[in-house]
Amino acid sequence: MTALVELMDYDEVISRFDPVLGLEVHVELSTATKMFCGCVNEFGGEPNTHVCPTCLGMPGALPVVNGKAVESAMRIGLALNCEIASWCRFARKNYFYPDMPKNFQTSQYDEPIAFSGYLDVPLDDGEVVRVEIERAHMEEDTGKSLHVGGATGRIHGAEHSLLDYNRAGVPLIEIVTKPITGMGARAPEVARAYVTALRDLLRALDVSDVRMDQGSLRCDANVSLMAKDATEFGTRTETKNVNSLRSVERAVRYEMTRQGAVLLDGGTIKQETRHFQESDGSTSPGRTKETAEDYRYFPEPDLVPIAPTREWVEQLRQTLPELPWERRKRIKDEWNLTDEELRDLLNTGAADLVAATVDAGAAPGEARSWWVQYLTQQANTREVELAELPIKPVQVARVIELVGSGELTNKMGREVVQGVLEGEGEPDEVVEKRDLKVVSDDSALLTAVDEALAAAPDVAEKIRGGKVQAAGAIVGAVMKTTKGQADAKRVRELILERVNGS
Amino acid sequence: MSDLTRLTAAELAGRIHAREVSSVEVTQAHLDRIEEVDGAVHAFLHVDTEGALDAARAVDARIASGEQPASPLAGVPLALKDVLTTEGIPTTCGSRTLEGWLPPYDATVTRRLREAGVPILGKTNMDEFAMGSSTENSAFGPTRNPWDRDRIPGGSGGGSSASLAAFEAPLAIGTDTGGSIRQPGSVTGTVGVKPTYGGVSRYGLVAFSSSLDQAGPCARTVLDAALLHEVIGGHDPLDATSVDAPVPAVVAAAREGARGDLTGVRVGVVREFSGNAASAGGSASAGGEGYQPGVLTSFEAAVQQLRELGAEVVEVSCPNFTLALPAYYLIAPSECSSNLARFDAMRYGLRVGDDGTRSAEEVMSLTREAGFGAEVKRRIMLGTYALSSGYYDAYYGSAQKVRTLISRDFDAAFERVDVLVSPTTPTTAFKIGERADDPMAMYLADLCTIPSNLAGNAAMSVPSGLSADDGLPVGLQIMAPALADDRLYRVGAAYETARDAAEGPLLNRVPELKGAAL
Amino acid sequence: MPNISRDEVAHLARLARLAVTDEELNTFAGQLDQILDAVAKVGEVANSDIPPTSHAVPLTNVFREDVVRPGLTQEQALSGAPAAEEGRFRVPQILGDEQ
Ligand SMILES: [Mg+2]
Ligand SMILES: [Zn+2]
Repeated sequence: MTALVELMDYDEVISRFDPVLGLEVHVELSTATKMFCGCVNEFGGEPNTHVCPTCLGMPGALPVVNGKAVESAMRIGLALNCEIASWCRFARKNYFYPDMPKNFQTSQYDEPIAFSGYLDVPLDDGEVVRVEIERAHMEEDTGKSLHVGGATGRIHGAEHSLLDYNRAGVPLIEIVTKPITGMGARAPEVARAYVTALRDLLRALDVSDVRMDQGSLRCDANVSLMAKDATEFGTRTETKNVNSLRSVERAVRYEMTRQGAVLLDGGTIKQETRHFQESDGSTSPGRTKETAEDYRYFPEPDLVPIAPTREWVEQLRQTLPELPWERRKRIKDEWNLTDEELRDLLNTGAADLVAATVDAGAAPGEARSWWVQYLTQQANTREVELAELPIKPVQVARVIELVGSGELTNKMGREVVQGVLEGEGEPDEVVEKRDLKVVSDDSALLTAVDEALAAAPDVAEKIRGGKVQAAGAIVGAVMKTTKGQADAKRVRELILERVNGS
Repeated sequence: MSDLTRLTAAELAGRIHAREVSSVEVTQAHLDRIEEVDGAVHAFLHVDTEGALDAARAVDARIASGEQPASPLAGVPLALKDVLTTEGIPTTCGSRTLEGWLPPYDATVTRRLREAGVPILGKTNMDEFAMGSSTENSAFGPTRNPWDRDRIPGGSGGGSSASLAAFEAPLAIGTDTGGSIRQPGSVTGTVGVKPTYGGVSRYGLVAFSSSLDQAGPCARTVLDAALLHEVIGGHDPLDATSVDAPVPAVVAAAREGARGDLTGVRVGVVREFSGNAASAGGSASAGGEGYQPGVLTSFEAAVQQLRELGAEVVEVSCPNFTLALPAYYLIAPSECSSNLARFDAMRYGLRVGDDGTRSAEEVMSLTREAGFGAEVKRRIMLGTYALSSGYYDAYYGSAQKVRTLISRDFDAAFERVDVLVSPTTPTTAFKIGERADDPMAMYLADLCTIPSNLAGNAAMSVPSGLSADDGLPVGLQIMAPALADDRLYRVGAAYETARDAAEGPLLNRVPELKGAAL
Repeated sequence: MPNISRDEVAHLARLARLAVTDEELNTFAGQLDQILDAVAKVGEVANSDIPPTSHAVPLTNVFREDVVRPGLTQEQALSGAPAAEEGRFRVPQILGDEQ
């Protein structure tokens, strides 16, 4: 679908130009309800079932701000070393689009709740670069459209579209960096490292699911090139909705080589929106607009200003977690890990997850082994990153607790994890639904043992005659009738008691 | 005509609660009256006969069982402006774009009325999306003024006020963005109150200009308006701009006022809106440009009446009030251009031109073109212009600064006086069609009412007699500080009692509509 | 500042998604001009340091608790839809890009 695009050799780009990046990250908050109405904030669901007059933009309906979302926004701002506005308002950003029920987005404009911060981003080799944060502001997500009739389900060529507003009004925080300059050849890596660090930070704050695959973390990458002798930034392009960490790096790199070729050829870069192609790592232009949009921002009259008190801000500052990378350092010391062990933890992306699992009450060794072994396998077979598995550290910790207390066998524990991964709910719900209890009730087991012994009198005789290993067959029969839920060791004890004692 | 339609809401409530008459009988009497005369008035866009009678039966059953009525107005029927959503009853806002729309939810005002046991007779006609001062901008044809059916009943809530003047309903709800409760009240000889902004929930009030819109009571007497005010007012967590404070004690204030003593009450005559009425004890000559002489004469008499009731009357200057009308015609259209963007043919309402070849964008534009009337389109365009980059500071931004100046004028005035007064509107009801092609002439109707919307304070229009030059009703506007709505009722009731004692209720003189044909 | 051209009116109509007729372009150009002339007076305060008022009542920090409230069923949500399919609102093809 794309014409051949000239690309410049990457080293040549670096020798001729300085890349300038600007990253805009949209984060969906994991509040219980939406930004301006009491509808449940949950990914997916039957279409148009998480909706009300307000998030459907029905005539007469009004918004009311979710206080928890404001707190999350302020905590994000504080974690990004931002100033928190002492007074700010929402504004309306006016433009027509069918996935936006009111045809304006309630957002913040010139009065963001948090501004002027920074994030210290660790690169792969341990070097740390400081990325300046312009602002973090609150807004709302749009609905989702399904394009029907086109060849690929994409917007172009579709005959009509079907709209689901379950996502409309989900709280979003938009985090915008200042221009990132001076990174040279490492610019693509810095882009990925920034989004990674931001994701880890947001996860530690427990404000978002940060699932790039589900769109709860989305990145738009602005890229421009500046000739070595230039004093002003070049024209930038904005590549939209790059939905994995690797894609962030690829998209930036691609744009650098594409823009380099255009510029060398004497061409100019069009300021435009571009889309990232996951398949080949390229970007392609969006539909160009005839005229620049005029959003006609004005203060949202339906919502009153937000004026956080100092006490409120300070109270929220106390809730900030340890920075993920600092925690990693601490983990290494506390868990007595070798550099290699720590690197394994980091390479599998397990360190924060293990730490969070430990924080939730699990022993470090257990936590490490579950994440590095079983769950890493699961991530590999599903071709997702470990952190993107739909299981939370607190859930893993619960499984470890259940196994540790003997309520589940190790095997059952893995089955519970499977259940959680398959969306069956919390570990305890999976245990219940799948009926996974170690049968430790002796009377139930005794019935099964008695039946098994009665069904195989010859074996019972052998055991009574001292051939203790023959008990294995009875154990097997009991495990079969109890569908594997009995504690095999206890079964064996009961068999021996029954045969010899009574 | 049944006697029941001539009674006030307070009298009806008294009889219903004393079981002298049933709510069903009262409601049926009004439904019969609507059947009889609405062809000549066209106050209603939709009559909900069954719903109203069901509600009335529920009230009667409750009273019969010996339980307390749900509210002091339980059983008294009401006409609801078609801009408030009603689950299961069509809500059109006087627009083609919403023709046939059945809201899946009740506005908070609607819910409170239902909970108070107030049967809703139907939905009243209005200027499309509340934009207008004559009800001529309704997509479903104009409402006629019961005093003279060739004349407008005011607007945008002409249907609500006309239904009262035509004795089709004892109570009605209006909404007031620039005067849409008070100006129709004035030209139909009825009472209309714009409560303090935030005093009545806007949840379910289809927004015209969010920072100005306010729902309020319409009635034939000040006491009836107060009773209704207490039913619909009060904090609503679904409206972030709703004031979290108790409803001012407006019923008590109305009863207090009816005793006819205003000793110690300081009344300020707004010089900019009065033609110098107060200064020389009543000459209407100076400063009265644009004001009908009969209106000024009536106003002067009203001011004199307030003096006789014991009020201390002074003249107060509010110099920035002359900027109110221009500021309003920037703020209201700007907000409306955004509020009405949702009518886009995607989720509800009219859809035009969806023939399988057109894009969503084209269908939106065709639908909005077909669904909106000229005044709505004019204001959307004006607001789009005023908000666009490059013009914002000169227009919308400046208008918001003017708003600050207006509030400061009010603040300064209310340091000297308890209430301010002016004529409600500069003229009596004009003829249907007279100003239809001249938007600026139309906009002048709201000259005196707009400042209170911009500042958010409370204001009332109460009938002040008939104009000597054309025999049509004139209204006295009373303005009070925010959250001091009770002052309106005290002064309004005192004035009403004195005027009625002298001349009898104004509406006794409204022409008989029986058998009137269009 | 006013003196609004037909082209400007056409641009406004596009922004506002109104498929106005040629005749309306003329009428609106004249009327908007007249209205803008009449309201231009507010511009006198444009450069003053008077603070703007966006809200009539000086409230701040009005928040809702993060507690789920029942909303609409799918049937209610779609009850007024001009067209619906598979539990979703059916709309004509969308041409522009998301913002
Ligand atoms: Mg944004
Ligand atoms: Zn909702």
